[in-house]
Amino acid sequence: MSMFSNLTDKLESAFRTLRGHGKITEINIAETMREVRRALLDADVNYKVAKSFCDTVKEKALGQDILINVEPGKLMVKICYDELIALMGGTKVEINFAPNPPTVILMSGLQGSGKTTFSGKLANFLKTKRSKKPLLVACDVYRPAAIDQLKTLGEQIGIEVYAEENLKDAVGIAQRGVEYGKSKGYDTIIIDTAGRLAVDEEMMNEIAAIKKAVNPNEILFVVDAMTGQDAVNTAQAFNQILDFHGVVLTKLDGDTRGGAALSIKAVVNKPIKYIGIGEKMDAIDEFYPDRMASRILGMGDIVKFVQKVQEQYDEKEAKRLQQKLRKNEFNFEDFMSQLQQIKKMGSIKDLIGMLPGINRALKDVEIDENAFRHIEAIINSMTIKERRNPEIINGSRRRRIAQGSGTSVQQVNQLMKQFDEMRKMMKTMMKLNSAGRSFKGLPFGKK
Amino acid sequence: MRVASVIKDMGLFDIFKKKNKEEVQKEQESQLEAGLTKTKQGFFSKISRAIVGKSTVDDEVLDNLEEILVSSDVGVETTLKIIKRIQDRVKRDKYVSTSELNNILREEIAALMMENKTEDVHDFVIPAHVKKPYIILVVGVNGVGKTTTIGKLALQFKLNGNSVLLGAGDTFRAAAVDQLKIWAERVEVPIVDLGMNVEPSTVAYKTVEKGLEMGVDVIIIDTAGRLQTKKGLMEELSKIRRTIQKFGDKIQPDIPHEVLLVLDASTGQNAIQQATAFTEATQVSAIALTKLDGTAKGGIVIGISDQFKIPVKYIGVGEKVTDLQVFNRMKFVNALFKDADVVS
Repeated sequence: MSMFSNLTDKLESAFRTLRGHGKITEINIAETMREVRRALLDADVNYKVAKSFCDTVKEKALGQDILINVEPGKLMVKICYDELIALMGGTKVEINFAPNPPTVILMSGLQGSGKTTFSGKLANFLKTKRSKKPLLVACDVYRPAAIDQLKTLGEQIGIEVYAEENLKDAVGIAQRGVEYGKSKGYDTIIIDTAGRLAVDEEMMNEIAAIKKAVNPNEILFVVDAMTGQDAVNTAQAFNQILDFHGVVLTKLDGDTRGGAALSIKAVVNKPIKYIGIGEKMDAIDEFYPDRMASRILGMGDIVKFVQKVQEQYDEKEAKRLQQKLRKNEFNFEDFMSQLQQIKKMGSIKDLIGMLPGINRALKDVEIDENAFRHIEAIINSMTIKERRNPEIINGSRRRRIAQGSGTSVQQVNQLMKQFDEMRKMMKTMMKLNSAGRSFKGLPFGKK
Repeated sequence: MRVASVIKDMGLFDIFKKKNKEEVQKEQESQLEAGLTKTKQGFFSKISRAIVGKSTVDDEVLDNLEEILVSSDVGVETTLKIIKRIQDRVKRDKYVSTSELNNILREEIAALMMENKTEDVHDFVIPAHVKKPYIILVVGVNGVGKTTTIGKLALQFKLNGNSVLLGAGDTFRAAAVDQLKIWAERVEVPIVDLGMNVEPSTVAYKTVEKGLEMGVDVIIIDTAGRLQTKKGLMEELSKIRRTIQKFGDKIQPDIPHEVLLVLDASTGQNAIQQATAFTEATQVSAIALTKLDGTAKGGIVIGISDQFKIPVKYIGVGEKVTDLQVFNRMKFVNALFKDADVVS
């Protein structure tokens, strides 16, 4: 089964062998590093990259003065984390915008890497988050219905698509697309191209010709995050011909660790700029090396979590809630408003997955998003008095609530029980917080 | 017309057809070899480098071998298995020279792949136990080449004298239905298309219904790409399967006859996760491995064969319609090791 466990599990077991040792030595680190290397290989990190990564980590670890109170295992996690970030370029890198618009962006990549979908997402992102006015240009003249696909996406996000149906001249279309964009005052022009193999000389010549014809400000290489050891070769081949500016990592919403991405950055030394995290048009994000490092180490994407919570959270409401919690007055009305907040933030599973330490516990737990509907129904069937005073909900009230909400008494009981536990847990958390132990230091703190 | 029927009566037509088949087979073999060129080059130039200056297989050679296998996407688990076998052999035979390494490796890889006791198919034919229509449900993650594979499969079955009906079950991805329709036109087979955003199980139902009505031999149903972690979407696949099973008493209880999982050969170890999850949801019965021509790392074939009881049935080694082939393990190993001596 070890084959199917993910990198996090592997690293955890690797670091466990260090536990109990007071100090990192050449001997006790060897086994750990072998495990780390295998874990990285299982995550599709390129063999050579994994090897040199391990050498660096080992070197750093042996040179570290062991701080009192820091377990060697944790120290190793920290070193790995720092090295991963370094490997991925350290900081976030933006795409190049032309000083004099329009900015021309050229997409490239293998078949099925997700170029067309991503072109749509990028257009949508630049429009909504960067206040740009993008035009999409459909240059995939080979794959059946690829142009229709881009047009459909364009309609969905309200962005014009320049296409010339029945024409097979991708270079000409790109050129005329850019001219059209200029004449219509678009400030960003995104050119979608056909997928191609790096070994296909004719097709590689075509994209080189497109590059020459439109002189793009930004060339993005789109790569499937699930790609194996060949990712490095493919990236190198594309880079040789296009000298691209950045990498887009797609399909990161699956269970892949995206190890190939690490290798690409390490080998072609081009930054990863965006990630694709779902099928919807807003499932795009900028690439943060530190967050990705957290993901690889299974420490959760805590930064993202905090950010998301901040975006959605109403500070006043939070203060009010805190008061209530302190006084143990948290009731079903508050619970309901919390539910609404959570729902605004997106899928529960995504949200929980971003929390450090939770990954392991919840790995095999299927979160039923529908469960919230039942909970809402139950709370809606309570009287206002009941919502504010959960204590008064006795047996006969429970029966009535169950009937009114189309659930069973057991379901109502379950919710009452969960609610009770939640109240207790929140109280404990409040105490911890007021004692000055916030959750801020989590990544390397308590797990 | 009359001449044709005379020729046919005389059996000339059959001879002609047979000869043609042999030719086709030969052509396929050379295509397979050509498609694997990259894999071979990557594999063997590395092996020859691994043993430079070495006369006997020792730990260093084995370490290098480990690197080669892992770098070819064989996977850590399977790689360690192969290394262990060679180690055992070195122990048993005391001395193994590096010049024998190619042969040993070939034997061990072949043995490993043959341990998976499934039968190889030899052509695009309807299996003997199948009561027509032969229903194939095609599943996989996004971008692996499901629709393209369906187009090519349809043509191959058609060329072998079967009538084929397609079902446009990817009603989610923008223009996916159009893409399959273009394929249907191209290879001249009928298609059931209910447009976009229709419940895919409805498409599956209507397709089988239509197929029965038309009396076709083969029904191939497309589905939207989905990542194996999306439980809701995986459940949708189970539902499609259950819907098809409603025709169980009219056709055969165990339908769809084939659930074909399409995997991209350039996928790394996530392919194993994909195979696991899709098998859980839909009882995958066969694998089609696409884009083998584009990767130097065909090693995933070895990994998949080792880790799963599910046979790799079809492989894609090029863009041409005829570049979809039935997969034969021995042929694969032979193609992989052909010319190996020249390299080393």
